[in-house]
Amino acid sequence: MYHVGNLVKELSDKHGRSRESLMPILQGIVERHNYLTDEAMVEVAKELDISAADVYGTASFYTFLDTKVRGKYVIRVCKTITCSMKGKGEIIQTLEDMLKIKVGETTADQQFSLIETNCIGWCHKAPAILINEIPYTELTTEKIVEIIKGYMQKK
Amino acid sequence: MEKRGLNKVDLIFEKVDSKEVLTKAYKMKSDEIIQQVLDSGLKGRGGAGFPTGLKWKYTAAVKEPEKYIVCNADEGEPGTFKDREILDKVAYKVYGGMVIAGKAIGAKHGIVYLRGEYRFLLPQLMKELESFHKMIDGIGYDFKINYCLGSGAYICGEESALFESVEGGRGEPRNKPPYPTTSGVFGKPTSINNVETLVTAMMIIRHGPESYSQLGTKDSRGSKVFSISGDTPTPGIFELELGMSVQEFVNEFGDGDTKAVQVGGASGFCVPRKKFAYTVIGFEGVPTGGSMKLFNSSRSMYNVLHNYLDFFAEESCGQCTPCRVGCQQLVKGVEKVKKGEVKSTYLNELLKLADTMKVASKCGLGQSVGNAFRTIVENFREEIIY
Repeated sequence: MYHVGNLVKELSDKHGRSRESLMPILQGIVERHNYLTDEAMVEVAKELDISAADVYGTASFYTFLDTKVRGKYVIRVCKTITCSMKGKGEIIQTLEDMLKIKVGETTADQQFSLIETNCIGWCHKAPAILINEIPYTELTTEKIVEIIKGYMQKK
Repeated sequence: MEKRGLNKVDLIFEKVDSKEVLTKAYKMKSDEIIQQVLDSGLKGRGGAGFPTGLKWKYTAAVKEPEKYIVCNADEGEPGTFKDREILDKVAYKVYGGMVIAGKAIGAKHGIVYLRGEYRFLLPQLMKELESFHKMIDGIGYDFKINYCLGSGAYICGEESALFESVEGGRGEPRNKPPYPTTSGVFGKPTSINNVETLVTAMMIIRHGPESYSQLGTKDSRGSKVFSISGDTPTPGIFELELGMSVQEFVNEFGDGDTKAVQVGGASGFCVPRKKFAYTVIGFEGVPTGGSMKLFNSSRSMYNVLHNYLDFFAEESCGQCTPCRVGCQQLVKGVEKVKKGEVKSTYLNELLKLADTMKVASKCGLGQSVGNAFRTIVENFREEIIY
């Protein structure tokens, strides 16, 4: 859990307080903290003067606006057909072994979350993943090990 | 089989002096711009294929001071990745197309709705936008473009769902009519066009409608950027003249063992080998927003179908029952058939369900689930059952 603090105010100052500011504000919180807490959504509701249910309603519609705890690095593995055909299974297996978590879980130190996602638009360079917003493509098990090692050293 | 080389075209990625083209457009009347786009025969490049000139004409006809041009960059169809490449390589042409469209319909605001999966591109795109704004100010245009970012919802590529998302809501499609041309984003008249459509429109203004309409066929004018993936030695992005048969396409891009091509992504059509020769890629045959996936004989079409159905079951917005329940039941249904829990004739019931979804679903998502379902089940029935 994190405390959202002044972030909602800062984002509202930047994007405005009308209804169409809701998405950029929620995206801004997720960019900083990787997921939305109840506290954060209530704070947004207050700032925009709409109901918290309305904020949750919008947030829960979008897969990238997570309302469950997510790690600092969210790994999204594409599971759509071409990535599936080109070795997505081995990528998942390698990630699960390395991070000692299953798909849908977050590591105990809240550094990594591993989830599957639908087509991310890299079919010609499959298999592909996103780590936060950064795409990694044409992956092999060797490549993914190197990439994750890099992130592990970053923390 | 006759082997004929495909006509590769370089229109979308061709470097142009956008200032020159936009200065030319600035001196044209709105009607002239619309007429040129109408004459070119350009149809929307996102997949639905509505004539772009007509869309602009209808939006231009509405008397309303505030109008919008929306660039649909929520490219989510499985197997499509050309819009990312276009934005990455020639974003200034996308912006140029928006300015021209704005001039045509009388809009001063442009919105690019970029899918969340492409957020990594945003800093570079914003930078280019800044210098672009300076350039058009210099010509005399009164037009501003903003970015809106999606957050991982396929349905937001549907135009009215996209508007809902821009307005800060759940991306649930609206009832139509009213159409966007009269009531689009923020309830204002809106022309919403695909990334590639906007670039093409700009190139039509540059080269003239005659040279553009010489490419392609009567029903499918011009060229198209294809996103090619699957079992092919040369996956990637290729701009080709429209009007080729699937056979000609496979001759060029297949691995020698192609058994099926999925044209138009998960919401498109599966063409089996026996129909390659006489199936045309285009509006007279199988239309595509660019997605072309090749499958060779090592692939199970059951897995392909199951993957697509899973995709739809997850991406259905859940608003209307035929789509929400239909997608789930199709997944369960093919699983039951595969496991032998029901007779194989149960597939006929599922085909009826897919037909019902086509007529009863609210938007294009539910309406097109049946395309892949029917064409895969009918052509590869034994692979689904055994």
